[in-house]
Amino acid sequence: MGGGMTVMEEKVAIIEALIFASETPLTAERVMEIMPGAEKKEIVSLVGELVRQYGQRGGGICLREVAGGFQFQTRAELAPWIRKLKAVRPAMLSPAALETLAVVAYRQPLVKAEIDRIRGVDVSGALKGLLEKKIVRIVGRKDVPGKPIIYGTTRKFLEVFNLRDLSELPTLRELKDLHE
Amino acid sequence: MNYEIKLDIFEGPLDLLLYLIRKNEIDICNIPIALITEQYLAHLGMMHSLNLDLAGEYLVLASTLVHIKSKMLLPPAEGEDEDEEGEDPRAELVQQLLEYQMFKEAALGLEDRPLLERDVFTRGAPGEAESAAEEEAMIEVGIFELVEAFRRIIAGLDHPEQLAIDAQKLSLADRINEIMDRLSEEKQTTFAELLGETADRRRIVYTFLAILELMKLRMIRAFQVGPFGAIRLFLSVEE
Repeated sequence: MGGGMTVMEEKVAIIEALIFASETPLTAERVMEIMPGAEKKEIVSLVGELVRQYGQRGGGICLREVAGGFQFQTRAELAPWIRKLKAVRPAMLSPAALETLAVVAYRQPLVKAEIDRIRGVDVSGALKGLLEKKIVRIVGRKDVPGKPIIYGTTRKFLEVFNLRDLSELPTLRELKDLHE
Repeated sequence: MNYEIKLDIFEGPLDLLLYLIRKNEIDICNIPIALITEQYLAHLGMMHSLNLDLAGEYLVLASTLVHIKSKMLLPPAEGEDEDEEGEDPRAELVQQLLEYQMFKEAALGLEDRPLLERDVFTRGAPGEAESAAEEEAMIEVGIFELVEAFRRIIAGLDHPEQLAIDAQKLSLADRINEIMDRLSEEKQTTFAELLGETADRRRIVYTFLAILELMKLRMIRAFQVGPFGAIRLFLSVEE
């Protein structure tokens, strides 16, 4: 390193390397632990610079904010090529699982009876699958008779569905009309 | 009931109801209950005639529909003003349908996102190792997918009925044994292969029954890679 690099360029390079080497989306807090002396504000702006650079370059890799951290990802349009490389079929969720997940994601925290009511079917099977895949988790028990289990989504849900946080979920259409 | 019924894959009674509403191009807030109830019951009847174990939820909704229909047939109660109509008996159902529809759309919205390990990929092996550990890339199919596949094969028969008298007596046990033999040799086969190898309607039905029986006994498992994908059958090996 060194060369003609400015201090800022070097810091950007360090962050770039950290994100590259990290197995999970890298958060600003984690960077702060690793780079003592750096303030969160500075890190955020450095990451912003990095995102800008990758965006400008427009290559096969992009830097995205996922589940509260930053992560390098291949560009979505290139998926057919990567699938060829990996030669594994992507694990897909069944329509029943997706519907169940949508209810959990938008209405969490909630009990199973509420999901049953909205979908009009018993969701035990679908819910079990989502729990096993660690997309949905048990967040607690409701303080009512029977103490039913309360469910919510996980960090992995954000990672799999490429969401920065829950607020990035698109708003439900007609939700307002329903609860006027 | 003479009209042709297409059996789609329904996620439940509300899904079936939404399908009927869409198919008839009806305003969801103004459902002609008589028509929809009739078609809904016709669907149930068909599912029943296919010996499907109807989930109780389907019957609950059927009774709700009939109940609403009867309420709407009753003349308005005496003394009630014309403009002060009682609550529409359909209101609660409509509300439920709208809510379900909203989440159905939200589910599609989720699926459209750039999904990890489907559309976007991250660097590094952990993800790969994990996805390899993830049980099935394929969706385990249920009764509806099988019935739909069965229907498609029946519909694909060129000649409506072969009239030649089949001297060979078929038995379900024989067909089950044949399928098991075949699976132990070839490890896997597809639903279409098993059903499609003959144009004999009776044989197809026996094959279908044999597959259902084997699934019930958990001797075989059926998987599908996606909606309308080929249904693959495997022995459920437990050594």
